[in-house]
Amino acid sequence: MTSTIPLSHYLTLAAVIFTIGVFGIFLNRKNVIIIMMSIELILLAVNINFVAFSAYLHDLAGQIFTMFVLTVAAGEAAIGLAIVVVYFRNRGTIEVADINLMKG
Amino acid sequence: MTDGLALNLTPLLPEIVLFLAALALLVVGAFKDKEGARIVTVLAVISLILAALLTLALSRTTVLAMGGHFVEDGFAAFFKMLIFLGAAGSLIVANGYMRDAGIERFEYPVLALFSTLGMSMMVSANSLLALYMALELTSLPLYVMAAFNRDTVRSSEAGLKYFILGALASGMLLYGCSLVYGFNGSLMFGELGRALSVDGRLPVGTVVGIVFILAGLAFKLGAVPFHMWTPDVYEGSPTPVSTFFASAPKIAAMGLLIRVLMQPFGHHVVEWQQVVILISVLSMLLGAFAAIGQTNIKRLMAYSSIGHIGYAFVGLSAGTEKGVVAVLVYMAIYVVMTVGTFACILKMRRDGRYIETIADLAGLSASRPMMAACFAIFMFSLAGIPPLAGFFGKLYVFMAAVDAGYLWLALFGALTSVVGAYYYLRIVKIIYFDDPAAAFDNTPHPALNAVSVIAAALILFFIVVPGPVTRAAGSAAASLVTPASGAANVPAPASRVTALR
Repeated sequence: MTSTIPLSHYLTLAAVIFTIGVFGIFLNRKNVIIIMMSIELILLAVNINFVAFSAYLHDLAGQIFTMFVLTVAAGEAAIGLAIVVVYFRNRGTIEVADINLMKG
Repeated sequence: MTDGLALNLTPLLPEIVLFLAALALLVVGAFKDKEGARIVTVLAVISLILAALLTLALSRTTVLAMGGHFVEDGFAAFFKMLIFLGAAGSLIVANGYMRDAGIERFEYPVLALFSTLGMSMMVSANSLLALYMALELTSLPLYVMAAFNRDTVRSSEAGLKYFILGALASGMLLYGCSLVYGFNGSLMFGELGRALSVDGRLPVGTVVGIVFILAGLAFKLGAVPFHMWTPDVYEGSPTPVSTFFASAPKIAAMGLLIRVLMQPFGHHVVEWQQVVILISVLSMLLGAFAAIGQTNIKRLMAYSSIGHIGYAFVGLSAGTEKGVVAVLVYMAIYVVMTVGTFACILKMRRDGRYIETIADLAGLSASRPMMAACFAIFMFSLAGIPPLAGFFGKLYVFMAAVDAGYLWLALFGALTSVVGAYYYLRIVKIIYFDDPAAAFDNTPHPALNAVSVIAAALILFFIVVPGPVTRAAGSAAASLVTPASGAANVPAPASRVTALR
């Protein structure tokens, strides 16, 4: 594949998105939904990485991996939202600062 | 076409059995309304035993399947036996608690089966793709299981915490996978191993990738600094779920970690050794000191498990075949001790309610001498006091470290286990010498007694017949470490690569 954009640009973009995702989890003090969005960001950063490498290496395996990651991400989000709903029923809130019944 | 490329399904027989059993049990559970949970649990245990027997029958040689993504060898078979044993044990002890807590639902054994299927795929994973899919198949049911007592705040909070941190760990592992793939051009462990078998320094992307993969797997193991979820999840989840968490998934993650480190990255032990040693030292320290102040026995067991993962990492940090053997023996002993201890914890019931504080154990020896003896045996073994099995586990890992030139690491481990012995022995002291508290209820679940007595007997008599375990671990490690004879490292023909292009 010939591309005018070099690989390093894709990798930098993915690294930036990945970092935003990780910081979104740790710095976020408000809402669990934002954490789930951050998790999606992390997975999408990985997908960019895989697709970029796949195109660069002329190897289809990376794109296939991306398909699997997308599928699993959907399942993960479904389970995560279900757990958030169960938690909300019991606690009446999904503020991150309130998830402190047990000290970790 | 070699047999590694054909859709060779024979090596997957244990997994196929588990998969079909899980699907069938879902239907059985849906149609049997009231009695469903009990029948499904029994059938789940039977299918686990069946899978274990199939594994035993298959484990002679190293075979590749599913286009090389799946490998069945002695190493995988050893871990699968432990996983099936741990999963079956924690399912057997689960039923009574679930009934008393009013959460006896047939979904629990089905989720456990799916998770076990994932673990079994995990230790057989032979590519980054298989690794990731197996890890997720293991984790997704575990998130649900942690929140299984969905009407209590604690359980749902445990599920939420485990989900968030687990998803983060999967993301980190995945990022590492993408880097390793990109810098080496393959997902297959065999090809990665060949690409990485050059001497000299690795490209920085590969090293970062290895560290990310290590971090993701260390999270699943609950090793420091990725342990934050462990105490909360152990405490918040229903006790049978904690039992499950403490046994099978740890075994599987350890198996996967060893395979990843020894096969694709086995040529560059130096690159990951420091990280493993650091994780090991921190885990042993935290396991020894953080557990001292605990009043909840499940929280204490959580810190104890962190410490034990640290000891297992001592053997791994040796980076030798002997080290791998030591880790295998350690994990085998660990799973028996853990399931046994949790079976005892599940017997802590007073006036129909389950209790979890250590003070409630006071004077147990007077009212329930058998349970007290089992508890004491497990505590002595967890502390690593000879002649119990736990001592030999520690002995093997420390000897492997000494042989690899890490005398200081072994000494450090011995020191932290002395500190750790304090809180284990404190429990024994409370059981035997404190003024008796009110007696526990007679447990109406004979399975609990059976599991704890059998586990205690195994721990007690390991010294008499250590042979079967150490021999099995030896041949398992040999099938992993000796790349010349292992078909896992036989290069895949170029046809696959061109076919994918």
